[in-house]
Amino acid sequence: MTDFGSMLFVFVLATFIGLGVIRRVSRLLYTPLMSLTNAISAIAVVGSIVVTGADHPLTIRILGAVALFASMTNIVSGFMITDRMLKMFKKQ
Amino acid sequence: MHLIGELSAVLATALFIFALYWMNDPKTARRGVIAGIVGMTVAVVATWIQPEIIHHGWVVGAIVLGFAVGVPLSRVPLTAVPQRTALSHAFGGLAAGLVGAAEYFLWRGGSATAPMTHFRMSALAAEVILGFLTFTGSLMAAGKLQEVRWIPQRPVTYPGQNVVNIGVLALAVGLGVAVVLNPGAPWAQSAFLGIAALALLFGVLLIIPIGGADMPTVISILNAYAGLSAVAMGFVLDSKLLVTAGALDGSSGLILSIIMCRAMNRSFANVLFGAFGKAQPAIAAGEQKDWKQETVEGAAQLLEQSRTVVIIPGYGMAVAQAQHKVAELYDALTKRGIIVKFAIHPVAGRMPGHMNVLLAEANIPYSALVEMDEINPEMPQTDVALVIGANDVVNPAARYNKGTPIYGMPIIDADKAKTVLAIKRSKNPGFAGIDNELYVQDNTWMLFGDAKAVLSDLVKQFGSGGIH
Repeated sequence: MTDFGSMLFVFVLATFIGLGVIRRVSRLLYTPLMSLTNAISAIAVVGSIVVTGADHPLTIRILGAVALFASMTNIVSGFMITDRMLKMFKKQ
Repeated sequence: MHLIGELSAVLATALFIFALYWMNDPKTARRGVIAGIVGMTVAVVATWIQPEIIHHGWVVGAIVLGFAVGVPLSRVPLTAVPQRTALSHAFGGLAAGLVGAAEYFLWRGGSATAPMTHFRMSALAAEVILGFLTFTGSLMAAGKLQEVRWIPQRPVTYPGQNVVNIGVLALAVGLGVAVVLNPGAPWAQSAFLGIAALALLFGVLLIIPIGGADMPTVISILNAYAGLSAVAMGFVLDSKLLVTAGALDGSSGLILSIIMCRAMNRSFANVLFGAFGKAQPAIAAGEQKDWKQETVEGAAQLLEQSRTVVIIPGYGMAVAQAQHKVAELYDALTKRGIIVKFAIHPVAGRMPGHMNVLLAEANIPYSALVEMDEINPEMPQTDVALVIGANDVVNPAARYNKGTPIYGMPIIDADKAKTVLAIKRSKNPGFAGIDNELYVQDNTWMLFGDAKAVLSDLVKQFGSGGIH
């Protein structure tokens, strides 16, 4: 098991990378940015898959399946609507 | 097998960072979506092929349902994007909360592979609190934005509200601490359920007092919470990928929240705990000036004779779905050699970037969309400032009137243009509930009516040959 220290380390570094990258995002694109980060944070889907698919009691798997459904909805609608919006931005 | 998992996590993380990096320019942004999709697919497949996953039917079923709901949700009209975004924050929070609950009941029994340590239990409590408060809070925000009938649009306030809110949160955190310290106690399970219930309640209480004008900030804050709940889930599940992706989402929400707060000259605490529009200070009555109304013909003539026009859109344009009519006017004016720009206030609309997306949808080139700080120095040389459904973001009282709730908020200097034309739906004050003295200025002319109807009449003046 990874220790608390190294997880915290990852968290802090990732936050700094996030702040650095997001700061440069074009102000025109804040709405698509939000739907894109939303889809990306739905990476929680990996946790839901483990809870749903492993050999757990039924109630646990039901909780997992609802979580999996919610994450998947975010992934699908998040990426699709981001692309739909980005397509509309034209320079001329 | 473990190696595949680790490598795919690193790959997915890198792709997610590139996805956000490419958002720095509209030209490369679509590449970011592809990077995100590839990263997500890699992570999902790597997880799915693990030998412990045996109930494939369940996984497939949930994924299919996710597509069935996700695809229609991605096709909503762009004016509904704020509520779709709030709804997706809610889904993100729900997923985190439910996985947290499931993990708690799994580990409570004492699993041999993953013992319940204090650290893990703290992460679990944080995940459940953040996840569930984001869930109900975002649902409330989505309901307010969608104008669902039984959710009040106006801020709901009552005496002692902040004490109640903070009390509920403190109680949830206190129970969390108790469960962390005594994970094996007979009451621990009930306490855990209590934490979840209090977090769900807190989310509702948090959003009740918040009004429409604060939505851009609130959506950004909920975005940060959704990211943090994913981070907490990463701590619980020991997943660096989840921690990283959650941190990227969280920092994005944080930056947007800071930008939105600055654009309203308010603090986080003030947005969350100082219900906007509650205070109705008696603005020094002074002399009451009257509106000057202009006809559509007159307005068209004014626009026709100008060299530079700055259009200032606000939420009223979104409500009236007037962006396509705005584009027609833009075309008519630019065809006559008039320079037309759009002044975008950071909090115009109901979420960050709302106006940009609507105008892009109407085929207005993004080179014509100018941020507040860049357009303000040009306003004194502007012939006509055309205000379309914007109110508080052009109210000059923000500069000096300490009595108004919008005091100190940076505004677009519409009042400094040579002439101001303002399209307004009704003669009522805006969301902040304050009079806008821009409308009674000597050089301001009002056009009352639905933005779409007024603009369409205006465009007709240019098309019918009424003006040459």
